[in-house]
Amino acid sequence: MQKMQDESGILLTTTETTAGLLRELVAHLRQNRTQLREEWARRITEARLLTAMSKDEVFAEATSVYDNYVEALETGTFEALQAYSRNLSERIIPRGVQTDEVVGIVLLLRDVLARSLFARYHADFQKLNRILDAYEPAANRIAITVAVGFVQERERTIREQQEAIRELSTPVLQVRERLLILPIIGVIDPQRARQLTEQLLRGIRTNRARVVVIDITGVAAMDSNVANHLVLTVEASRLLGATVIVTGLSPEIAQTLVNIGVDLTKMNTVGDLQGGIEEAERLLGYKVLPVEKAEKVE
Amino acid sequence: MEVPILKQGSYLIGSVQSALTDADLLQLRDSLVQKVGQYRSLGVIVDVTALDVMDSFASRTLSDISHMIRLRGAEMVIVGIQPEVAFTMVQLGLTLEGVATALDLEEGLSLLDLTTKKRGRDGGALQR
Repeated sequence: MQKMQDESGILLTTTETTAGLLRELVAHLRQNRTQLREEWARRITEARLLTAMSKDEVFAEATSVYDNYVEALETGTFEALQAYSRNLSERIIPRGVQTDEVVGIVLLLRDVLARSLFARYHADFQKLNRILDAYEPAANRIAITVAVGFVQERERTIREQQEAIRELSTPVLQVRERLLILPIIGVIDPQRARQLTEQLLRGIRTNRARVVVIDITGVAAMDSNVANHLVLTVEASRLLGATVIVTGLSPEIAQTLVNIGVDLTKMNTVGDLQGGIEEAERLLGYKVLPVEKAEKVE
Repeated sequence: MEVPILKQGSYLIGSVQSALTDADLLQLRDSLVQKVGQYRSLGVIVDVTALDVMDSFASRTLSDISHMIRLRGAEMVIVGIQPEVAFTMVQLGLTLEGVATALDLEEGLSLLDLTTKKRGRDGGALQR
Protein backbone atom coordinates (compact mmCIF):
# COMPACT_ATOMS: atom_id res chain seq x y z
CA MET A 1 0.00 0.00 0.00
CA GLN A 2 2.77 2.34 1.07
CA LYS A 3 4.72 1.66 -2.07
CA MET A 4 1.86 2.40 -4.38
CA GLN A 5 1.38 5.81 -2.87
CA ASP A 6 5.09 6.50 -3.26
CA GLU A 7 4.83 5.85 -6.95
CA SER A 8 1.82 8.04 -7.50
CA GLY A 9 3.93 10.48 -9.46
CA ILE A 10 4.49 7.89 -12.12
CA LEU A 11 0.82 7.02 -12.22
CA LEU A 12 -0.14 10.50 -13.29
CA THR A 13 2.08 10.33 -16.33
CA THR A 14 0.62 7.09 -17.55
CA THR A 15 -1.08 7.12 -20.92
CA GLU A 16 -3.08 3.99 -20.38
CA THR A 17 -6.66 4.71 -19.41
CA THR A 18 -8.37 3.03 -16.50
CA ALA A 19 -10.88 1.55 -18.93
CA GLY A 20 -8.10 0.00 -20.96
CA LEU A 21 -6.52 -1.46 -17.86
CA LEU A 22 -9.82 -2.85 -16.70
CA ARG A 23 -10.26 -4.49 -20.08
CA GLU A 24 -6.91 -6.12 -19.74
CA LEU A 25 -7.76 -7.17 -16.23
CA VAL A 26 -11.06 -8.69 -17.27
CA ALA A 27 -9.37 -10.60 -20.07
CA HIS A 28 -6.92 -11.98 -17.54
CA LEU A 29 -9.68 -13.00 -15.17
CA ARG A 30 -11.65 -14.67 -17.96
CA GLN A 31 -8.59 -16.61 -19.07
CA ASN A 32 -7.89 -17.96 -15.61
CA ARG A 33 -11.52 -18.43 -14.67
CA THR A 34 -11.35 -22.14 -13.87
CA GLN A 35 -8.22 -21.99 -11.86
CA LEU A 36 -9.11 -18.83 -9.93
CA ARG A 37 -12.58 -19.85 -8.87
CA GLU A 38 -11.26 -23.24 -7.78
CA GLU A 39 -8.66 -21.46 -5.72
CA TRP A 40 -11.38 -19.23 -4.29
CA ALA A 41 -13.69 -22.13 -3.43
CA ARG A 42 -10.77 -23.91 -1.80
CA ARG A 43 -10.00 -20.90 0.36
CA ILE A 44 -13.64 -20.52 1.33
CA THR A 45 -13.60 -24.09 2.61
CA GLU A 46 -10.28 -23.53 4.31
CA ALA A 47 -11.53 -20.49 6.12
CA ARG A 48 -14.60 -22.50 7.20
CA LEU A 49 -17.00 -20.05 5.68
CA LEU A 50 -20.42 -21.03 4.35
CA THR A 51 -20.38 -24.19 6.44
CA ALA A 52 -24.15 -24.39 6.05
CA MET A 53 -23.68 -25.25 2.37
CA SER A 54 -22.26 -28.35 0.73
CA LYS A 55 -19.00 -28.22 -1.21
CA ASP A 56 -20.77 -28.48 -4.57
CA GLU A 57 -23.15 -25.71 -3.64
CA VAL A 58 -20.29 -23.48 -2.59
CA PHE A 59 -18.57 -24.15 -5.89
CA ALA A 60 -21.72 -23.46 -7.90
CA GLU A 61 -22.34 -20.21 -6.07
CA ALA A 62 -18.66 -19.32 -6.35
CA THR A 63 -18.86 -19.75 -10.11
CA SER A 64 -21.83 -17.47 -10.53
CA VAL A 65 -20.46 -14.89 -8.08
CA TYR A 66 -17.18 -14.97 -9.99
CA ASP A 67 -18.89 -14.41 -13.34
CA ASN A 68 -21.03 -11.62 -11.95
CA TYR A 69 -17.97 -10.13 -10.36
CA VAL A 70 -16.02 -10.10 -13.61
CA GLU A 71 -19.00 -8.73 -15.45
CA ALA A 72 -19.37 -5.90 -12.95
CA LEU A 73 -15.67 -5.11 -13.38
CA GLU A 74 -16.07 -5.12 -17.15
CA THR A 75 -19.22 -3.06 -17.50
CA GLY A 76 -18.72 -0.86 -14.45
CA THR A 77 -22.45 -1.23 -13.71
CA PHE A 78 -23.58 -2.90 -10.57
CA GLU A 79 -27.31 -3.45 -11.16
CA ALA A 80 -26.91 -7.05 -12.28
CA LEU A 81 -24.61 -7.78 -9.36
CA GLN A 82 -27.01 -6.07 -6.98
CA ALA A 83 -29.90 -8.16 -8.24
CA TYR A 84 -27.79 -11.28 -8.03
CA SER A 85 -26.64 -10.58 -4.49
CA ARG A 86 -30.22 -9.94 -3.40
CA ASN A 87 -31.27 -13.19 -5.00
CA LEU A 88 -28.34 -15.03 -3.43
CA SER A 89 -29.10 -13.55 -0.01
CA GLU A 90 -32.71 -14.61 -0.33
CA ARG A 91 -31.56 -18.18 -0.87
CA ILE A 92 -28.86 -18.36 1.79
CA ILE A 93 -30.39 -16.32 4.62
CA PRO A 94 -32.92 -19.02 5.54
CA ARG A 95 -29.99 -21.45 5.79
CA GLY A 96 -28.40 -19.39 8.51
CA VAL A 97 -25.55 -17.79 6.59
CA GLN A 98 -24.18 -14.87 8.57
CA THR A 99 -23.16 -11.39 7.47
CA ASP A 100 -19.50 -11.98 8.35
CA GLU A 101 -19.44 -15.04 6.09
CA VAL A 102 -20.76 -13.14 3.10
CA VAL A 103 -18.37 -10.25 3.65
CA GLY A 104 -15.64 -12.81 4.24
CA ILE A 105 -16.09 -14.64 0.95
CA VAL A 106 -16.25 -11.46 -1.09
CA LEU A 107 -13.04 -10.22 0.52
CA LEU A 108 -11.46 -13.62 -0.13
CA LEU A 109 -12.31 -13.35 -3.80
CA ARG A 110 -10.83 -9.89 -3.84
CA ASP A 111 -7.62 -11.26 -2.31
CA VAL A 112 -7.46 -14.26 -4.63
CA LEU A 113 -7.78 -12.04 -7.67
CA ALA A 114 -5.27 -9.54 -6.34
CA ARG A 115 -2.79 -12.36 -5.76
CA SER A 116 -3.20 -13.59 -9.30
CA LEU A 117 -2.53 -10.05 -10.49
CA PHE A 118 0.63 -9.93 -8.39
CA ALA A 119 1.73 -13.23 -9.88
CA ARG A 120 1.09 -12.10 -13.40
CA TYR A 121 2.62 -8.61 -13.28
CA HIS A 122 5.34 -9.06 -10.65
CA ALA A 123 7.98 -8.46 -13.31
CA ASP A 124 6.57 -5.06 -14.24
CA PHE A 125 6.02 -3.26 -10.98
CA GLN A 126 4.66 -0.03 -12.47
CA LYS A 127 2.15 -1.86 -14.57
CA LEU A 128 1.08 -3.83 -11.50
CA ASN A 129 0.47 -0.58 -9.67
CA ARG A 130 -1.64 0.81 -12.47
CA ILE A 131 -3.65 -2.38 -12.74
CA LEU A 132 -4.25 -2.38 -9.02
CA ASP A 133 -5.29 1.26 -9.21
CA ALA A 134 -7.97 0.30 -11.66
CA TYR A 135 -8.87 -2.89 -9.86
CA GLU A 136 -9.07 -1.81 -6.22
CA PRO A 137 -11.82 0.84 -6.37
CA ALA A 138 -13.96 -1.42 -8.55
CA ALA A 139 -13.34 -4.43 -6.33
CA ASN A 140 -14.13 -2.48 -3.17
CA ARG A 141 -17.28 -1.20 -4.70
CA ILE A 142 -18.29 -4.74 -5.61
CA ALA A 143 -17.59 -5.93 -2.07
CA ILE A 144 -19.72 -3.12 -0.68
CA THR A 145 -22.53 -3.85 -3.15
CA VAL A 146 -22.69 -7.50 -2.20
CA ALA A 147 -22.45 -6.87 1.54
CA VAL A 148 -25.06 -4.12 1.46
CA GLY A 149 -27.32 -6.29 -0.68
CA PHE A 150 -27.06 -9.04 1.90
CA VAL A 151 -27.73 -6.77 4.84
CA GLN A 152 -30.66 -5.11 3.09
CA GLU A 153 -32.16 -8.46 2.28
CA ARG A 154 -31.77 -9.47 5.88
CA GLU A 155 -33.41 -6.32 7.10
CA ARG A 156 -36.25 -6.91 4.71
CA THR A 157 -36.68 -10.43 6.08
CA ILE A 158 -36.65 -9.11 9.62
CA ARG A 159 -39.22 -6.46 8.78
CA GLU A 160 -41.48 -9.05 7.19
CA GLN A 161 -41.16 -11.29 10.20
CA GLN A 162 -41.93 -8.43 12.55
CA GLU A 163 -45.00 -7.68 10.48
CA ALA A 164 -46.05 -11.30 10.68
CA ILE A 165 -45.51 -11.44 14.42
CA ARG A 166 -47.52 -8.28 14.83
CA GLU A 167 -50.35 -9.75 12.77
CA LEU A 168 -50.29 -12.96 14.75
CA SER A 169 -49.92 -11.24 18.08
CA THR A 170 -53.51 -10.11 18.32
CA PRO A 171 -55.76 -13.00 17.41
CA VAL A 172 -59.48 -12.41 17.77
CA LEU A 173 -61.04 -15.80 18.35
CA GLN A 174 -64.62 -16.90 18.48
CA VAL A 175 -65.26 -19.43 21.25
CA ARG A 176 -69.05 -19.53 21.02
CA GLU A 177 -71.62 -17.97 18.80
CA ARG A 178 -71.54 -14.26 19.60
CA LEU A 179 -68.60 -14.63 21.99
CA LEU A 180 -65.09 -13.52 21.09
CA ILE A 181 -61.91 -13.75 23.09
CA LEU A 182 -58.88 -11.58 22.59
CA PRO A 183 -55.89 -12.93 24.49
CA ILE A 184 -53.14 -10.33 24.73
CA ILE A 185 -49.61 -11.49 25.41
CA GLY A 186 -46.49 -9.41 25.74
CA VAL A 187 -45.81 -5.73 25.71
CA ILE A 188 -48.49 -3.38 24.41
CA ASP A 189 -47.01 -0.37 22.66
CA PRO A 190 -49.19 2.37 21.18
CA GLN A 191 -48.97 0.90 17.70
CA ARG A 192 -49.97 -2.53 18.87
CA ALA A 193 -52.75 -1.08 20.98
CA ARG A 194 -54.16 0.67 17.94
CA GLN A 195 -53.94 -2.46 15.84
CA LEU A 196 -55.56 -4.46 18.60
CA THR A 197 -58.52 -2.12 18.76
CA GLU A 198 -58.90 -2.14 15.01
CA GLN A 199 -58.90 -5.92 14.81
CA LEU A 200 -61.26 -6.27 17.72
CA LEU A 201 -63.82 -3.83 16.34
CA ARG A 202 -63.63 -5.46 12.94
CA GLY A 203 -63.93 -8.88 14.58
CA ILE A 204 -67.01 -7.78 16.49
CA ARG A 205 -68.67 -6.81 13.28
CA THR A 206 -67.72 -9.81 11.17
CA ASN A 207 -68.55 -12.32 13.90
CA ARG A 208 -71.58 -10.38 15.10
CA ALA A 209 -70.26 -10.66 18.62
CA ARG A 210 -72.29 -9.58 21.60
CA VAL A 211 -69.71 -10.25 24.28
CA VAL A 212 -65.93 -9.95 24.10
CA VAL A 213 -63.50 -11.24 26.69
CA ILE A 214 -60.14 -9.46 26.65
CA ASP A 215 -57.63 -11.50 28.56
CA ILE A 216 -54.52 -9.65 29.69
CA THR A 217 -52.98 -12.36 31.84
CA GLY A 218 -49.93 -12.27 29.57
CA VAL A 219 -49.39 -8.54 29.89
CA ALA A 220 -46.67 -7.75 32.39
CA ALA A 221 -47.06 -4.00 32.67
CA MET A 222 -49.35 -1.28 31.53
CA ASP A 223 -48.92 2.47 31.47
CA SER A 224 -51.61 5.12 31.55
CA ASN A 225 -51.66 5.52 27.77
CA VAL A 226 -52.34 1.88 27.20
CA ALA A 227 -54.86 1.75 30.03
CA ASN A 228 -56.74 4.69 28.57
CA HIS A 229 -56.62 3.05 25.19
CA LEU A 230 -58.14 -0.05 26.71
CA VAL A 231 -60.96 2.06 28.15
CA LEU A 232 -61.54 3.59 24.71
CA THR A 233 -61.65 0.13 23.17
CA VAL A 234 -64.24 -0.96 25.72
CA GLU A 235 -66.39 2.07 24.96
CA ALA A 236 -66.04 1.73 21.20
CA SER A 237 -67.09 -1.91 21.49
CA ARG A 238 -70.14 -0.84 23.42
CA LEU A 239 -71.07 1.50 20.59
CA LEU A 240 -71.04 -1.56 18.34
CA GLY A 241 -73.36 -3.26 20.77
CA ALA A 242 -70.84 -5.58 22.39
CA THR A 243 -70.10 -5.92 26.07
CA VAL A 244 -66.44 -6.20 26.99
CA ILE A 245 -65.17 -8.22 29.93
CA VAL A 246 -61.53 -7.73 30.88
CA THR A 247 -59.89 -10.65 32.65
CA GLY A 248 -56.56 -11.54 34.17
CA LEU A 249 -55.42 -8.22 35.57
CA SER A 250 -52.29 -9.01 37.51
CA PRO A 251 -51.84 -7.56 41.02
CA GLU A 252 -49.16 -5.23 39.64
CA ILE A 253 -51.38 -3.91 36.88
CA ALA A 254 -54.31 -3.49 39.27
CA GLN A 255 -52.11 -1.42 41.55
CA THR A 256 -50.69 0.67 38.73
CA LEU A 257 -54.11 1.38 37.28
CA VAL A 258 -55.49 2.53 40.62
CA ASN A 259 -52.38 4.55 41.40
CA ILE A 260 -52.38 6.41 38.09
CA GLY A 261 -56.08 7.00 38.50
CA VAL A 262 -57.48 5.54 35.29
CA ASP A 263 -61.26 5.61 35.36
CA LEU A 264 -62.16 1.95 35.28
CA THR A 265 -65.76 2.23 36.40
CA LYS A 266 -66.94 1.38 32.91
CA MET A 267 -64.79 -1.72 32.71
CA ASN A 268 -66.28 -5.04 33.54
CA THR A 269 -63.46 -7.08 35.10
CA VAL A 270 -63.33 -10.71 36.12
CA GLY A 271 -60.44 -12.51 37.80
CA ASP A 272 -59.37 -15.04 35.21
CA LEU A 273 -60.19 -16.13 31.68
CA GLN A 274 -62.38 -18.99 32.87
CA GLY A 275 -64.43 -16.65 35.02
CA GLY A 276 -64.65 -14.22 32.13
CA ILE A 277 -65.95 -16.84 29.74
CA GLU A 278 -68.46 -18.04 32.34
CA GLU A 279 -69.66 -14.50 32.87
CA ALA A 280 -69.91 -14.01 29.12
CA GLU A 281 -71.93 -17.22 28.76
CA ARG A 282 -74.25 -15.99 31.47
CA LEU A 283 -74.75 -12.72 29.60
CA LEU A 284 -75.46 -14.64 26.40
CA GLY A 285 -77.85 -17.00 28.16
CA TYR A 286 -75.71 -20.11 27.91
CA LYS A 287 -75.34 -22.55 30.71
CA VAL A 288 -72.71 -25.27 30.64
CA LEU A 289 -73.82 -28.48 32.33
CA PRO A 290 -72.24 -31.92 32.71
CA VAL A 291 -73.84 -34.33 30.20
CA GLU A 292 -75.70 -36.31 32.86
CA LYS A 293 -77.32 -33.28 34.39
CA ALA A 294 -78.12 -31.85 31.01
CA GLU A 295 -79.90 -35.06 30.04
CA LYS A 296 -81.96 -34.87 33.20
CA VAL A 297 -82.95 -31.31 32.40
CA GLU A 298 -84.08 -32.34 28.96
CA MET B 1 -81.97 14.56 3.23
CA GLU B 2 -84.87 13.82 5.49
CA VAL B 3 -84.61 10.55 7.40
CA PRO B 4 -87.46 8.16 6.59
CA ILE B 5 -89.20 6.76 9.64
CA LEU B 6 -90.73 3.34 9.23
CA LYS B 7 -93.28 1.76 11.50
CA GLN B 8 -92.57 -1.89 12.20
CA GLY B 9 -95.06 -3.43 14.61
CA SER B 10 -94.71 -1.66 17.90
CA TYR B 11 -91.37 -0.16 16.94
CA LEU B 12 -90.31 2.81 14.88
CA ILE B 13 -87.21 2.62 12.70
CA GLY B 14 -85.38 5.74 11.63
CA SER B 15 -83.15 4.65 8.80
CA VAL B 16 -80.42 7.17 8.03
CA GLN B 17 -79.60 7.02 4.32
CA SER B 18 -76.91 9.63 3.84
CA ALA B 19 -74.81 12.18 5.68
CA LEU B 20 -76.97 14.34 7.91
CA THR B 21 -76.98 18.10 8.28
CA ASP B 22 -77.75 19.63 11.64
CA ALA B 23 -81.19 20.57 10.37
CA ASP B 24 -81.86 16.96 9.30
CA LEU B 25 -80.94 15.79 12.78
CA LEU B 26 -83.29 18.23 14.47
CA GLN B 27 -86.01 17.23 12.06
CA LEU B 28 -85.39 13.56 12.89
CA ARG B 29 -85.60 14.40 16.58
CA ASP B 30 -88.89 16.25 16.24
CA SER B 31 -90.60 13.64 14.13
CA LEU B 32 -89.44 10.69 16.27
CA VAL B 33 -90.55 12.30 19.51
CA GLN B 34 -93.88 13.14 17.92
CA LYS B 35 -94.49 9.79 16.20
CA VAL B 36 -93.58 7.66 19.20
CA GLY B 37 -96.70 9.04 20.86
CA GLN B 38 -98.79 9.02 17.74
CA TYR B 39 -98.23 5.31 17.08
CA ARG B 40 -97.94 4.38 20.76
CA SER B 41 -94.62 2.73 19.94
CA LEU B 42 -92.69 0.79 22.55
CA GLY B 43 -89.29 1.17 20.97
CA VAL B 44 -87.33 3.23 18.50
CA ILE B 45 -84.32 2.19 16.44
CA VAL B 46 -82.07 4.66 14.69
CA ASP B 47 -79.91 2.95 12.10
CA VAL B 48 -76.71 4.88 11.32
CA THR B 49 -74.99 2.24 9.17
CA ALA B 50 -74.70 4.74 6.33
CA LEU B 51 -72.84 7.34 8.39
CA ASP B 52 -69.07 7.63 7.89
CA VAL B 53 -68.69 10.36 10.47
CA MET B 54 -70.44 11.21 13.67
CA ASP B 55 -69.64 14.66 15.00
CA SER B 56 -70.35 16.03 18.44
CA PHE B 57 -73.62 17.62 17.40
CA ALA B 58 -74.89 14.39 15.87
CA SER B 59 -73.97 12.29 18.87
CA ARG B 60 -75.38 14.82 21.31
CA THR B 61 -78.61 15.01 19.35
CA LEU B 62 -78.91 11.22 19.22
CA SER B 63 -78.26 11.05 22.93
CA ASP B 64 -80.92 13.75 23.48
CA ILE B 65 -83.41 11.89 21.32
CA SER B 66 -82.78 8.74 23.33
CA HIS B 67 -83.55 10.50 26.59
CA MET B 68 -86.63 12.20 25.14
CA ILE B 69 -87.92 8.88 23.84
CA ARG B 70 -87.49 7.39 27.29
CA LEU B 71 -89.48 10.25 28.77
CA ARG B 72 -92.18 9.48 26.22
CA GLY B 73 -92.33 5.96 27.63
CA ALA B 74 -90.37 4.01 25.01
CA GLU B 75 -86.85 2.65 24.56
CA MET B 76 -84.37 3.66 21.93
CA VAL B 77 -81.43 1.79 20.42
CA ILE B 78 -78.81 3.15 18.05
CA VAL B 79 -77.60 0.51 15.63
CA GLY B 80 -75.00 0.14 12.90
CA ILE B 81 -72.20 2.38 14.14
CA GLN B 82 -69.17 1.49 12.01
CA PRO B 83 -66.01 0.28 13.80
CA GLU B 84 -63.94 3.25 12.60
CA VAL B 85 -66.67 5.68 13.53
CA ALA B 86 -67.00 4.10 16.96
CA PHE B 87 -63.32 4.47 17.73
CA THR B 88 -63.16 8.04 16.49
CA MET B 89 -66.18 8.87 18.63
CA VAL B 90 -64.71 7.53 21.85
CA GLN B 91 -61.43 9.28 21.09
CA LEU B 92 -63.38 12.52 20.91
CA GLY B 93 -65.14 11.61 24.15
CA LEU B 94 -68.49 11.02 22.47
CA THR B 95 -69.41 7.82 24.26
CA LEU B 96 -73.22 8.09 24.06
CA GLU B 97 -73.50 7.62 27.80
CA GLY B 98 -76.70 5.91 28.85
CA VAL B 99 -77.77 5.18 25.29
CA ALA B 100 -78.40 1.61 24.18
CA THR B 101 -76.43 0.51 21.14
CA ALA B 102 -76.46 -2.64 19.02
CA LEU B 103 -74.54 -4.03 16.09
CA ASP B 104 -77.23 -3.87 13.44
CA LEU B 105 -80.97 -3.69 12.91
CA GLU B 106 -81.53 -7.33 13.76
CA GLU B 107 -79.62 -7.07 17.02
CA GLY B 108 -81.39 -3.83 17.83
CA LEU B 109 -84.79 -5.45 17.37
CA SER B 110 -83.92 -8.37 19.64
CA LEU B 111 -82.52 -5.97 22.23
CA LEU B 112 -85.76 -3.99 22.14
CA ASP B 113 -87.74 -7.21 22.48
CA LEU B 114 -85.77 -7.95 25.63
CA THR B 115 -85.98 -4.52 27.22
CA THR B 116 -89.62 -3.87 26.46
CA LYS B 117 -90.60 -7.30 27.71
CA LYS B 118 -88.74 -6.63 30.92
CA ARG B 119 -90.86 -3.59 31.46
CA GLY B 120 -93.97 -5.70 30.95
CA ARG B 121 -95.11 -3.60 28.06
CA ASP B 122 -95.39 -6.08 25.24
CA GLY B 123 -99.15 -5.89 25.72
CA GLY B 124 -99.47 -9.69 25.72
CA ALA B 125 -102.07 -9.70 28.48
CA LEU B 126 -104.41 -7.49 26.53
CA GLN B 127 -104.17 -9.31 23.24
CA ARG B 128 -107.10 -11.38 22.24
